Amino acid sequence: MDNVIRARTPAARAWRLMLHLVLILAALWYLLPLAVMVLTSIKPLDEIGAGSLLALPENPTLAPWLKAWGSACTGMRCDGVSGYFWNSFAIVIPAVAIATLIGALNGYALTKWRFKGAELVFAMMLFGCFIPFQVILLPMAQTLGWLGLSSSRVGLIFVHVVFGIAFTTLFFRNFYVSIPDELVSAAKLDGAGFFRIFWRILLPVSKPIIVVSVIWQFTQIWNDFLFGVAFSGHDTQPVTVALNNLVNTSTGVKEYNVDMAAAMIAALPTLVVYVLAGKYFVRGLTAGSVKG
Amino acid sequence: MSALEIDNVCKDFGTTRVLEEVSLAIDSGEFLILVGPSGCGKSTLMNAIAGLEPVTSGRILVGGDDITWRTPAERDIAMVFQSYALYPSMTVHGNIAFGLEMRKVPRVEREAAVERVADLLQISHLLNRKPAQLSGGQRQRVAMGRALAREPQIYLFDEPLSNLDAKLRVEMRTEIKKLHQRLGTTIVYVTHDQIEAMTLADSIAVMRDGRILQLGSPDEVYNNPADMFVAGFMGSPSMNFIEARLDGEPGAYRLHIATDGEAELTLPWPASRETPALAEHVGRTLTLGLRPEHFAEEDARLGDRAEGTPLSARVSVVEPTGADILLRLPLGDTEITARVGPDCRVAPGERLGLRVDMRRAVLFDAETEARLA
Repeated sequence: MDNVIRARTPAARAWRLMLHLVLILAALWYLLPLAVMVLTSIKPLDEIGAGSLLALPENPTLAPWLKAWGSACTGMRCDGVSGYFWNSFAIVIPAVAIATLIGALNGYALTKWRFKGAELVFAMMLFGCFIPFQVILLPMAQTLGWLGLSSSRVGLIFVHVVFGIAFTTLFFRNFYVSIPDELVSAAKLDGAGFFRIFWRILLPVSKPIIVVSVIWQFTQIWNDFLFGVAFSGHDTQPVTVALNNLVNTSTGVKEYNVDMAAAMIAALPTLVVYVLAGKYFVRGLTAGSVKG
Repeated sequence: MSALEIDNVCKDFGTTRVLEEVSLAIDSGEFLILVGPSGCGKSTLMNAIAGLEPVTSGRILVGGDDITWRTPAERDIAMVFQSYALYPSMTVHGNIAFGLEMRKVPRVEREAAVERVADLLQISHLLNRKPAQLSGGQRQRVAMGRALAREPQIYLFDEPLSNLDAKLRVEMRTEIKKLHQRLGTTIVYVTHDQIEAMTLADSIAVMRDGRILQLGSPDEVYNNPADMFVAGFMGSPSMNFIEARLDGEPGAYRLHIATDGEAELTLPWPASRETPALAEHVGRTLTLGLRPEHFAEEDARLGDRAEGTPLSARVSVVEPTGADILLRLPLGDTEITARVGPDCRVAPGERLGLRVDMRRAVLFDAETEARLA
């Protein structure tokens, strides 16, 4: 039952019906590419050539998925995207964790331990959200060289963390602004210090914003191609780069089903993150700390 | 040695001075209330005592130790906040024990302390709940429990009752008073509610624009206000201020109140309340302060033997409160409030005879608002 009283005249009903129809059509339209991908990825190659794009597979097969995972050629090597898939995790997990933690600390310091110039520092950090990736490619390559981190996993993680901090700081700062300062004052009087207050008081109420930050960072970093192709070493390339290589490696006939399966594999983790973490998008964990 | 001493404290925010050479001292076990309108600096002073805001100049001493530049954690002070500021992720038990845990009190003592304050405040059955599961009154108790558990040298209460509904506020007020009588704690309590101030305090500091206008017992502040602001701020309904011209000579001063379309009213000023300052103000227009309860209904049976100076006026509004009746009536060029007994049967528009107890009246300079007599 929805909680609205709507007009019940025939015209209003017809209007509503049309509205729903348009929305359903739009939804289908958006889902179409995904459907085509899934359908193509489980068709044998000969069915793809013969049938229509939207035809259901006559002999569904998981072979393209297995090939994409384990034996498709990505450039010179022919062991699928699996290795790169794990590479991506090895980059994304530390990068997301570090950027989220630093963002949380920044947001905490900028709101609860205000210092002279805090607003300026925040404004400058915000600026980081608007810098296009391409602009920093060369200076970052130079910097990574100086740091001795070029073409390494650590280097790529570093780049993602630096870029991510701008966003995570923004998220946490705006979240912590809404948490009453008195909570921090009370903890100070109770004898807790900077980190103790952060760890015991602020972090436990930060779940909603941690989830936002993790989803955002995870998607950004997982889907990143540019930094991956520019700053990773040969063995530490993320799955997006491998996918590109796989699709562009032409040995004879183009295996669309394998390409699609590989693309699905590359896209799956972000989908899973949304499905799993989405339910924690629940507001009001701080409800009750202040007047209820 | 004072439990708390504030010595010439000033506080600036940018170019605005919010505390202006504030000095006060309270003894151990004393209940001090800082009262004043919003923006008077009372909360800033509280935060300065707590160490949440540094002062611009001056010193703060607790038990003789200069704590002006100590962090809140290093001061032995607990505070109850207006919003309670309970840690939302912790249970009631966790909230009460947190301060002890931070101060590395051993677990056994911690448990004993939690049990003690939970018993004291009757919140033992709530120890495993989260703040979100508590009612406003229960949160208030937990917030007090958190402060009490640590047994600090000084307790600060920052408008602790203002988020409660009227009935609960009165109950908690009594409870705080009981706790103070029982534990003999030193308390600094901020409120803008002058009834809370009157009922709870051993001494009241009335503040305005960053200054302490008067520091004294509730009785002094109420009956012997230092200036017009204090007189008007304390008391509800507030004191009536009436313009009156002074004449006469020492021993026989009189106040004349001009009333539109009626004969001028003359009130003799009691000789026992004379001050030397009056002599300089003869012939000038002063402000006469009379509290609503300084008026009484003319009692026909007593006639001229009744105490007080008689006057009569046409009642414009009658407001019965149950316990008594508030009357609005014109006097001079203002409308005053008089408090009479609940069985006064007067209707709006009727003329009523009243008696004024001039021995309790106060006189102010109309311009400087300073107290004259």
